[in-house]
Amino acid sequence: MEIDPFIFRLSIFILSIFIGYYVVWSVTPSLHTPLMSVTNAISSVIIVGAIIAGLAGNSDSIFNTSSIFGFLAISLAAINIFGGFLVTQRMLSMYKKKKKDK
Amino acid sequence: MLSANLSAIFYLVSGVLFILALRGLSSPETSRQGNFFGILGMIIAITVTFLSIGNFSTGFVVVLIFLLIGGIIGAFIAYKIPMTAMPELVAGFHSLVGLAAVFVAIAAFLNPEAFNLGSPGNIKLGSLIEMSIGAAVGAITFSGSIIAFLKLQGIMSGSPITFKGQHPLNAIILISIIVITYLLCSTQSSNLFWMLLAVSFLIGFLLIIPIGGADMPVVISMLNSYSGWAAAGIGFTLENTALIITGALVGSSGAILSYIMCKGMNRSFFNVILGGFGATEQSASTQNKEQKPVKSGNADDAAFLMKNASSVIIVPGYGMAVAQAQHALREMVDTLKKNDIKVSYAIHPVAGRMPGHMNVLLAEANVPYDEVFELEEINNDFANADVAFVIGANDVTNPAAKTDPQSPIYGMPVLDVEKCKSVLFVKRSLSPGYAGIDNDLFYKENTLMLFADAKKMTEDITKNL
Repeated sequence: MEIDPFIFRLSIFILSIFIGYYVVWSVTPSLHTPLMSVTNAISSVIIVGAIIAGLAGNSDSIFNTSSIFGFLAISLAAINIFGGFLVTQRMLSMYKKKKKDK
Repeated sequence: MLSANLSAIFYLVSGVLFILALRGLSSPETSRQGNFFGILGMIIAITVTFLSIGNFSTGFVVVLIFLLIGGIIGAFIAYKIPMTAMPELVAGFHSLVGLAAVFVAIAAFLNPEAFNLGSPGNIKLGSLIEMSIGAAVGAITFSGSIIAFLKLQGIMSGSPITFKGQHPLNAIILISIIVITYLLCSTQSSNLFWMLLAVSFLIGFLLIIPIGGADMPVVISMLNSYSGWAAAGIGFTLENTALIITGALVGSSGAILSYIMCKGMNRSFFNVILGGFGATEQSASTQNKEQKPVKSGNADDAAFLMKNASSVIIVPGYGMAVAQAQHALREMVDTLKKNDIKVSYAIHPVAGRMPGHMNVLLAEANVPYDEVFELEEINNDFANADVAFVIGANDVTNPAAKTDPQSPIYGMPVLDVEKCKSVLFVKRSLSPGYAGIDNDLFYKENTLMLFADAKKMTEDITKNL
């Protein structure tokens, strides 16, 4: 009997939930806002699907209904990726330790 | 062209990099490196996708153009956005993830061949189920986040919108989503697919309107979680490991944050979701308000009290963000420190409109993060402090949460501000906070109310120090 590949993906999914659980509990509460913005950015890896959809049209018709949705999704996800990572970067660069002078 | 196995390995690598990105956030020192890992993971995922398709024709150029348009808009927003607007920004970003998930699902439904899912009208059953889940959750995330965004932005009233039969209606819609998904899978009808999307948009909207502005920390975290599950649903459809791993990470991250926020308010998750908090309590609180005497003072009095203190604890809240008072506050603290007064900051888990909101604002004002403490870390110090300076916070300091079982916030963890020798309360008026309840602290012997705009008052105090 062969195992359906879906089961493997499900295993990855379930194990990742556990990884997420432990990793997120270790995030310090003062960084919860950057945590949200960075999770936002990485969940936009959905752009992968958008690119596949966008490139699916053949050379005669780049713009069919399906690929147009793909193109739009690319832009939406790109806003998130750039916006999310950059704003996280901007926030994190503000967290400074006490200066040890005097 | 990259082989399927090789690209799968690269997707796994980028998934691992995303895990490291979150891991980095365990301390501010490692966080910047973590963000770098995240960016690297994203670059790998996108590059591998291009290489595995291997189609560098006109379509590729169009894709790049759309990518750039989005990227420029995103970068522009990221640099322009003021830190006080972070909750709106995150809510807005969630809506984009949701909508992107919906669009990808639509594209996959219309052109399943491109994704190896079968042919139109004959999509593999498993893929169709996964696609429907991704699309439905994505649609809920989108419309819910839009409402959250409008409420946070103040375009829509922050007060809960409730109507008769709301819960039965929501229940019916949720059941209909399941029924439509079932029918869709058995008939493959595209009309049902559109109907599923429409109903999901509607329920996302209906789920968030009854939730009050003050519960936004929970709502934002919850939508964060939804956006993750939507991504995971699409990840299953596309058989993409990076997307599945990320979806699971983001989904559990949002769920944990929601849990922390609910615990900070001592409310169950369902209590928040069912909404309507704040609307009912308002009437009860207005009766016994006027009679009690209040001591109010000016900046001079406040400066005098603080100058003679040896330790001061600052309790910031949402009001500080509204007044943009964080920079003025830090200047005041600098002056205090010059007079050898020990200053620390106490942050309640639900201060502000999203998790960690106050910490970011203080960091923006150059407050070192090792002077900022969480509730459990600092609560015992109030008894030994001379002055508590409450700026823009209210309910999170209300002793009624500990003493009055009748109070709607009873049992909520609060900062023990009343244990300080004296309490300074910067507030515009005596109006109750978001929970709509009176704060006994206002009438205490050792409380001095400073009625003014938070920023202006802080600046005046600095002048008088």
